[in-house]
Amino acid sequence: MAIESINWMAGGAQGSGVDAAATIFGRACGYGGLWVFGRREYHSNIKGLHSYFHLRIAKQEILANVNNVDLLAAFDAETIVRHVQEVVPNGGIIVDALEMGMKVEDIPTLPPEFRVQLRKFLAEDEIGETLKDVLDWAQKRNVQVFPVPYRAILTNVGKALGITQLSKITRMINVLTIGVSFALLGYDKSLVERAVRAQFPAKIADMNVIALNQAYDFAEKTFRGNFKHKLEKLDVEEARVFLTGNQAVAMGKVLGGCRVQTYYPITPAADESEYLEAHEILKTRGEDEGIIVIQTEDEIAAINSASGACLAGARAATSTSGPGFSLMVEGLSWAGHCEVPVVVTYYQRGAPATGLPTRHGQADLRFAMHAGHGEFPRIILASGDIQECFYDAATAFNLAERYQMPVIHLIDKAMANCSQTYPVFDYGGFKIDRGNLVTEKDLDGKEYKRFQFTETGVSPRAPLGTRGAVMWYTGDEHNEEGHISEEPLNRRMMMEKRMKKLELVDKEVPADEKMNFYGDKNAENVVVSWGSPKGAIIEAINMLKGEGLSLSFLQMRMLHPLPVEEVKRVLKGKKRIIDVEDNYTGQLGGIIKEKTGISPDYYVLKYTGRPTSTTEVFGALKAILTGKASERTVLMFGN
Amino acid sequence: MATNPSNYRVNDVFADWCPGCGDYGIMNALQMAFAELSLEPHRVVMVSGIGCSGKEPHNVRVNGVHTLHGRTLPFAMGIKIANPDLEVLAIGGDGDGLGIGAGHFVNAGRRNLDMTYIIHNNGVYGLTKGQASPTLKRELKTKSLPQPNINDAVNPIALAIISGYTFAARSYAYDVRHLKDTIKMAVQHKGLAFVECLQPCPTYNDINTKDWYAGEDRKDVQGNPQSRLYKLEAEGFDPEVRDWKEDWQKKVAALTKAQEWGDRIPIGVFYKKEYESTYGDRLTTRIPFYLERPPAKQKLRDEKDVSTVDLAEFLDDLKTS
Repeated sequence: MAIESINWMAGGAQGSGVDAAATIFGRACGYGGLWVFGRREYHSNIKGLHSYFHLRIAKQEILANVNNVDLLAAFDAETIVRHVQEVVPNGGIIVDALEMGMKVEDIPTLPPEFRVQLRKFLAEDEIGETLKDVLDWAQKRNVQVFPVPYRAILTNVGKALGITQLSKITRMINVLTIGVSFALLGYDKSLVERAVRAQFPAKIADMNVIALNQAYDFAEKTFRGNFKHKLEKLDVEEARVFLTGNQAVAMGKVLGGCRVQTYYPITPAADESEYLEAHEILKTRGEDEGIIVIQTEDEIAAINSASGACLAGARAATSTSGPGFSLMVEGLSWAGHCEVPVVVTYYQRGAPATGLPTRHGQADLRFAMHAGHGEFPRIILASGDIQECFYDAATAFNLAERYQMPVIHLIDKAMANCSQTYPVFDYGGFKIDRGNLVTEKDLDGKEYKRFQFTETGVSPRAPLGTRGAVMWYTGDEHNEEGHISEEPLNRRMMMEKRMKKLELVDKEVPADEKMNFYGDKNAENVVVSWGSPKGAIIEAINMLKGEGLSLSFLQMRMLHPLPVEEVKRVLKGKKRIIDVEDNYTGQLGGIIKEKTGISPDYYVLKYTGRPTSTTEVFGALKAILTGKASERTVLMFGN
Repeated sequence: MATNPSNYRVNDVFADWCPGCGDYGIMNALQMAFAELSLEPHRVVMVSGIGCSGKEPHNVRVNGVHTLHGRTLPFAMGIKIANPDLEVLAIGGDGDGLGIGAGHFVNAGRRNLDMTYIIHNNGVYGLTKGQASPTLKRELKTKSLPQPNINDAVNPIALAIISGYTFAARSYAYDVRHLKDTIKMAVQHKGLAFVECLQPCPTYNDINTKDWYAGEDRKDVQGNPQSRLYKLEAEGFDPEVRDWKEDWQKKVAALTKAQEWGDRIPIGVFYKKEYESTYGDRLTTRIPFYLERPPAKQKLRDEKDVSTVDLAEFLDDLKTS
């Protein structure tokens, strides 16, 4: 069944406080026991271009975004022309009363491609040239329009604060829209005030609370009871958090023992490193510990200094996105060859080249699998939601050290920047597995060989600086001591030593850490996917069940080494296998075909740079199950 | 405690440099310096890049990390930050450090990590058969160049000083005693120490040869060769910055000396400033226990292997209840 939810969207020019508004809105809902899923969209720009935040709010847990907007809080005219068609009947639009007369063609920031679409829409629906004409069209579709005199309210706010120069407080328009929104929704104002106070330092919070109250009271008086949707708080005992994927990864890393993080600034990865740096002193059950965050001169330095830290015995990681990972490739090859347990957190974004630097994509699976010259072992984990980001970020270090190989943790922009409500993560029992890490005591005067041949391929690993051990590492092929060797037999043995560790990973890591399975095991149709489409797929499957259409879902979490036998067991004999991914070529589908011989029958793909929504996945899957779809469906939702 | 250079020899590795290569001299100087400083082999890490110089760590019995072309400094940085108790020496060639790795060379100066960086400077890429390195002077045509070099040369000492290295010295691979003393000073320096080691490449650099450095082509009336190398300390050059007010003046003096080339080439210490905070000091201002419990020495887990981290501070900020 579809989950009932209210969808609020704030949009405006970048730099006008859209993010802050969304965070306040989401928190206020969270304080009232509601579940929130937020999707953030922004241009690669600092000020001026359109950005928006879509928040879905429900009384039960929600996992993804939907297409609908019930209440659109527009900070500017562009937000209205871009999103007016998403607002559903009985929904509402909050608009600056002064902008109603503006000609839509005069909005300076509209890109030419969008103008073409907009003109077509206006012509087809016989809409006039002003914003008011567009809003009249919306009203005909039963959308309510709420004009708000922002300037007049700001003047009053200014009076209360003793400020006459309005430009000093125009930034607070975002809080005014929140005040109006919550008044329309009939929501408890004290919860909103608390969220405002949580967002800003005390002095600024006081100003914003005044603005909030003015706007809330204005809207309550002016539009009283007029809006059809209401938001009610619930009494909830459970402790919950509202967080982004970037924050979840950062916490997971700390839990997993990461004590050196290197990075070079890149979207959408850098927020994670900055968050870590802001929390560099770590509380533990014993003495304080610390994580050193190093901003390096480039990504080449980032991966190689992280590897250096690993050699010295620290748990170390680096975080990046596609362009940065491209630069890390040689370092990754060295780490694989020298059996370095370095962790790379890889936030995929719209690619290739600079691509869509602030947008979403999932097109780097093949790249992560094959990056690096030659053949060397690596593990690739892919999280499917923010909670998995947390646990996988911690687990990555255990896998890296146990098997002495690099681990690439694949995330995507959708997860990095989406925010979601969760019960507080349970992390109390998380175990640190350092694998075959040896100390001076273990060595006991025996000769130490870093790359000693063993049955499993995993050699005893002493950190640099261990008394009693002198060791060598080299990117040349090496012997057990770590000195250069080009001898054919040694080469063969070293290749096999390294590569057979992948068999160990395959054997030892339990199936439920490599994949998740949802839905009816006996369903004859199955969806395969990985990464952020997970939430939309789960919700869509539940909705389809309500319509009598049965479907199961295999979510892959360990993509390399792929658990071939387990995947075969799930997919064998299914009537339809449907691959859902946010890329052009269906990369996971191709890998499954290559490794298992089983091919997907249908592909649902998206490469617009926007994440998949429940609504569109539901539509695509339904069309496939009812025989109305071709082999390839391309999803388009999102602005 | 090791006090004899032979304790730092690696017996089962054949040093495969060309006969007469300066790398042997550098190897000997390193072993002598480590012995005189009584450094325990397990506490020393030599990090190298790619090229003939990259093989240096395999011939010295301390920890060796032979990395990628140009990436010597990033690896060394990661090692040093994770465990500041280690004595870290980055060793690389002129192409490694000033061509492909030039970005790291400059940025390392901004951090002033307490470690040593030695560049082998022979003007050519030896291991790929003699192409021009970033330090080869313009218009020179060494043996295997198809055409004379039309690129200007980087000045390693000058670049180090303006990049923020707090110790910059030059020595010569065939003056092993001078090189050993220079390495010792560099290792003992608190901060990032740079040593440029001039070195003939007997196979590919037929211009800046051993005889050229020794001045065999310019004998005095008695027929004695007039060496092109002279020692800064012998001329009373004072490289040390003792007060921040004289820092720029000392830098200018060092840069001026660094311009000398041709018939008179200075070796010795050009610049030395010890009062500058190291990267470790800077980290300590933020994380007071950094030096006692650096990343490599933190416990991470209890006796039952459970992570000891308490995430309450993170979670409290994110809580909505």
